[in-house]
Amino acid sequence: MKELFILVVVTVFTLVTYYLVEPFAHSQMHKHIESEGFTYKDLPALTKKGDAARGKDLVMGAGACVGCHSIEVAGMPAPMDPVTAAQSYGVNPPDLSNAGVVFDAKFLAALIKNPAHALMLEHKYNEKSGKSYPMPQFYGAGGDMDQEVADMVAYLQSIAVPQEKLTPNMAFEVACGRCHAIHYQYNLDGKLHAPWTQIGEKPTFKHKQDELAFETKVLDYQDALTKYLGTLPPDLSMYIRSRGEHYIKTFVEDPQAYLKGTAMPRVGVTAEAADKVIEHLENVGDSKRHKREEIGKYVMIYIIIFAIFAILWKKEVWRDLH
Amino acid sequence: MAHFTKAKNLHDWLNQRLAIDTLNRVLATEYWIPKNINFLWAMGMILAITFGLLLISGIFLLMYYQPNIDLAFDSVNYTIMQEVGYGWLWRHVHGVAASVVFLIIYIHMFTGIYYGSYKNGREMIWISGMLLFVAFSAEAFSGYMLPWGQMSYWAGMVITNLFAGGSLHADGLVEWIRGDYIPAQAFLNRFFMLHVLLIPLAIIGLIGLHFGALRIPHVNNQDGEEIDFDAEAKKYLAGDKANSKVIRFMNDFLAKDMMVVGIFLILFFYLVFYHYDFAMDPVNFDPANGLKTPAHIYPEWYFLWSYEILRPFSTDVGLIAFAFAQVIFFLLPFLDRSPNAVPASRRGLFKYWFWAMLIDMIILTAMGKVPPEGVFSAIGFYAAITFIGLWIILPFITKFEKKV
Repeated sequence: MKELFILVVVTVFTLVTYYLVEPFAHSQMHKHIESEGFTYKDLPALTKKGDAARGKDLVMGAGACVGCHSIEVAGMPAPMDPVTAAQSYGVNPPDLSNAGVVFDAKFLAALIKNPAHALMLEHKYNEKSGKSYPMPQFYGAGGDMDQEVADMVAYLQSIAVPQEKLTPNMAFEVACGRCHAIHYQYNLDGKLHAPWTQIGEKPTFKHKQDELAFETKVLDYQDALTKYLGTLPPDLSMYIRSRGEHYIKTFVEDPQAYLKGTAMPRVGVTAEAADKVIEHLENVGDSKRHKREEIGKYVMIYIIIFAIFAILWKKEVWRDLH
Repeated sequence: MAHFTKAKNLHDWLNQRLAIDTLNRVLATEYWIPKNINFLWAMGMILAITFGLLLISGIFLLMYYQPNIDLAFDSVNYTIMQEVGYGWLWRHVHGVAASVVFLIIYIHMFTGIYYGSYKNGREMIWISGMLLFVAFSAEAFSGYMLPWGQMSYWAGMVITNLFAGGSLHADGLVEWIRGDYIPAQAFLNRFFMLHVLLIPLAIIGLIGLHFGALRIPHVNNQDGEEIDFDAEAKKYLAGDKANSKVIRFMNDFLAKDMMVVGIFLILFFYLVFYHYDFAMDPVNFDPANGLKTPAHIYPEWYFLWSYEILRPFSTDVGLIAFAFAQVIFFLLPFLDRSPNAVPASRRGLFKYWFWAMLIDMIILTAMGKVPPEGVFSAIGFYAAITFIGLWIILPFITKFEKKV
């Protein structure tokens, strides 16, 4: 009985120390930001129902999207290679093939109408600074602008892969991959993926010259990006461990909430795409998590059996001692 | 030369050459332990087991770790964690054990303080234990450097800066310790050597000393009773086990040790598999960047109390207070002037001193982590003053304690 009391005292002091050093200290060091579930409440709701066919005409024509963006699935190649594009715009404009599934419809509409506002970059691109966001805003093709925007969004949604076919890899590439590299390889579905650079997965090269040429391109791209953003965005290989799921999700949802004035835009992903991005970062930085949980079960069973035997042994030995 | 006869069996062969029966008797079966000790006395065995886990997991990590500032981070976080079979398991066992070992050391230390186990002939047990604490601290700190993460790097910077001695400006000493102006390759190399060779050797030697120090004064017990070990052992050997106040180490106390170890390992492996991150600072998963200071720099939890004794004062006063905190526990057997080696609950003012010290150290630990702003910096300051004050009054409050 007395030993039980001692155990309680030791446990209480241990837990109090743990609470103060971990949950309490962290609550004091980092402000807690609650996710809004990627609802983008500050952006206006879509009031019009879009027509994909008309949207296609706008995207290819009056909207002038393909002047800068590629749409691989629609057979529209990129007008420039990534390095040249980054040197012209600061960052390579994304391919729009899967924009409709990765990005929220409300966000896409707002982006087309006023990119700096949707991306939460108005602190950087405004009349006072004299800088305008590299993507021009859409002023309408002459009809009902809201309808036109809804049509374009509908078109982008119509060409994108269905939600269930969106892989973690794709979500990451579309949402993060033009600014953030991941230099860790990772295994997915039995396939070993090469490190991700801002201009794509690093291929295997037969000749050192070719590899160096590729790396030079990456460096050129990173130079342009650094000039554009003020700093090179971090490599995300270990972000699932260094930042954790909650931070990454809420940061992606609203970067300004954490880092006022940051050059990182609001990404505008859907809640589902955000989960995919997290899953991708887990595949990269915490690839053994399934194995850990599986083995953990067996080790726990083993160690509990060990403890039971140890208790029985003690009882056996001490029977004579009392 | 000793006389050897033809051995009857392997046991006899070994016994003639290594005296294994005598060793077994002296170290195990007739190593007498008081019967009335509780599970807190099993912390030593838990520490031995945890040290074993650290040693074995460390050896596996050593096979793949690269002590190079460009490769170290990825060798841990990529090669060991993802490429090497079960590398993640060894790393988490090592990381969790490194943190848990300090929890157990602190429980072990406060058990010793509570029951007065550092007094009346047991001073060497206490001093060798404190040397072990220092060696474990150095081991933990040098190991913390190795993954070359952000917090490793900046903790290395901050701790080595302490050797400049504030106004003494012994900058040359700091550079000599680092082997460079900043923590760099030479720094990593020497901490690697310290972590994998020199300090573990010292620890193993000190464990030997600590065990040896127990031999003559014997383990204390939870009533502070002075036991005549020879008389009690005779009683035990005559078969009166129930009335003897002593038991054999093996199997009697070992059985209890292993029961506690078994229960401890449930907690330990729960942490390894399901809560491994409690022991690892997320900031350390960012690679070291000498050009970017983390927003808050703090040590691992087990050093926070002494860090907080350093922090609330001006540089020079802080360093003196810090140095005081590092050595003062060594002097405990001499500062406690009471003749009693009994539980704190049966002593005079020391009863309050013990709990005040424990609570003060927990407050210091908490304040060492939070940013030193506003009310926290005031609490930290008063807790640090209280810590020093408690040590100053200890000889006075214990001097007048009556013999119980």
